[in-house]
Amino acid sequence: MKMKRFIAMTVACVMAAGLVACGGGASSSAATGSSTGAATGSSAAAAGAELSGGVATGGSTSVEKVIGALSEAFMEENTGVDVTYDPTGSGAGVTGAADGTLDIGLSSRALKEEETAQGLVGTTFALDGIAIVVNPENTVSDLSLEQIAQLATGQITNWSEVGGPDAPVVLIGREAGSGTRDGFESIVGVEDQCVYEQELTSTGAVLAGVAANPNAFGYVSLASVDDSVKMVTVDGVTASEETVKDGSYKIQRPFVFVTKEGEALSAQAQAFFDFALSENASELIANAGAVPLV
Amino acid sequence: MKLKHSIERIMNMVFFVCGMVSIAAVALITIYMIWAGLPAIVKIGPIDFLFGTVWKSTAAEPQFGILPFILTSVWGMFGALLIGVPVGLFTAIFLAKLAPAKLGNVVRPAVELLAGIPSVVYGLIGMIVLVPAVMDFFKLKSGSNLFSAILVLSIMVLPNIISVSETALRAVPEEYEEASLGLGATWIETVFKVSVPAAKSGIVAGIVLGAGRAVGEAMAVMMVAGNVANMPGLFKSVRFLTTAVASEMSYAADGSLQKQALFSIGLVLFVFIMLINWALNRFLKRGEKQ
Repeated sequence: MKMKRFIAMTVACVMAAGLVACGGGASSSAATGSSTGAATGSSAAAAGAELSGGVATGGSTSVEKVIGALSEAFMEENTGVDVTYDPTGSGAGVTGAADGTLDIGLSSRALKEEETAQGLVGTTFALDGIAIVVNPENTVSDLSLEQIAQLATGQITNWSEVGGPDAPVVLIGREAGSGTRDGFESIVGVEDQCVYEQELTSTGAVLAGVAANPNAFGYVSLASVDDSVKMVTVDGVTASEETVKDGSYKIQRPFVFVTKEGEALSAQAQAFFDFALSENASELIANAGAVPLV
Repeated sequence: MKLKHSIERIMNMVFFVCGMVSIAAVALITIYMIWAGLPAIVKIGPIDFLFGTVWKSTAAEPQFGILPFILTSVWGMFGALLIGVPVGLFTAIFLAKLAPAKLGNVVRPAVELLAGIPSVVYGLIGMIVLVPAVMDFFKLKSGSNLFSAILVLSIMVLPNIISVSETALRAVPEEYEEASLGLGATWIETVFKVSVPAAKSGIVAGIVLGAGRAVGEAMAVMMVAGNVANMPGLFKSVRFLTTAVASEMSYAADGSLQKQALFSIGLVLFVFIMLINWALNRFLKRGEKQ
């Protein structure tokens, strides 16, 4: 009898653990940008009257760091304003702006024609470069956009075909729905054709995966590249703030504010919008790993 | 006297409410899973959903076939049991029947500790130590595959198998064993021919419990299995039912067919766990009748 009770309890624990584990992936992190804080932004918003209320933003998960840094600095200046960020994906950001559930939608791609036809306006506030990284042991240092596409789709299966060592090609990427994955696949032109060896759920995991496997290559946001991996040049251009801004580095995408045409934003949302586009924000954006426009 | 009586009644109510909480939770979860999981199955078609071999949830023309996930979970479970059952059962026999008291007192807490290690830690160690080791040992292009996941799972199911089996083995009446010894059997013969058969239903319950853990585990396998929706192969990157839900849920837009399909995967997983529990109860009932 005692044993049965013990088993029943253990079963309950295991089931509960299973349910918790299932829910784990869905937890959305609150936006906490790099703590660049006091550097900028002291004069921008202080001029206006006291602002209060909420600014609902949401959408692309790739902009999380940038929006975190911007909203942190903005809220420091305007203590009455609460800027929220809901990481739901670019598609949901555009939809949210269209149906009015978001004050400002966030997208990490330019708006499509059918979206602008709905009366939506996209305002680019930053650019993001996507770096192609390989294991430091890999001797390949430059790839063309076409070679990257062929490597990703499995047309090239050995590194020797692109001037590297005689080793198989392993693509490590992000899970379906990720902004970085969407950005990489759409820019390189390999949507839904990639042959992945691993699909991981965070930038850090991709870096760790590439660092651990000499055959691997992957894509990560330019800002998050570290010394554990080697960045390759694309068509001879090194990814950097300058090459992204002047457009010579190909694998880049815009971070876009999505708003409704002809519909005025609330005072606090407009102030945040202006702040993000002002010169004061550029250092925050750069520190958060994206490339500011001004 | 009256006061005592009313305290008695109030406490009775408190216990009743507490008991109802878990029942209500199970009922709510069941209803919600069916309510949230059925629409996508109907929309996609049960055959296409359960037996489709291609999962491309975000493609321009999305495909939602979860057969790769189902088979991966099943293979993963059997693989984990293939390694975990012999090791676990022999450990349980060792602890219950063979180990000197001192040694047993070291091994038993170690097994209990194994049960308490969070699954993310299993995953982390698997990712950092096991995956590169598997890659080097088998000369593979990547070590994130079903095999690595099976190794991690087989360690994770050990505590379930060991503790339940040990309890069952200890519950075998001493008279059985004494009779066997009296007939001239050695102690090892007695353990394998008398004690283990007598504790059979408890041991099976432990194995089924381990199977439940293997099917339900998400975090650890997510970190070592590669998570690509391939049909399962021992050295292929694979995605389990649990990880299919966990890896895509955070980005799936509300109301999209993708999100609904993820709930449907959850429903399938839920049915799996229910079947395993049903099997568990059957074995336990049979054990009681004996």
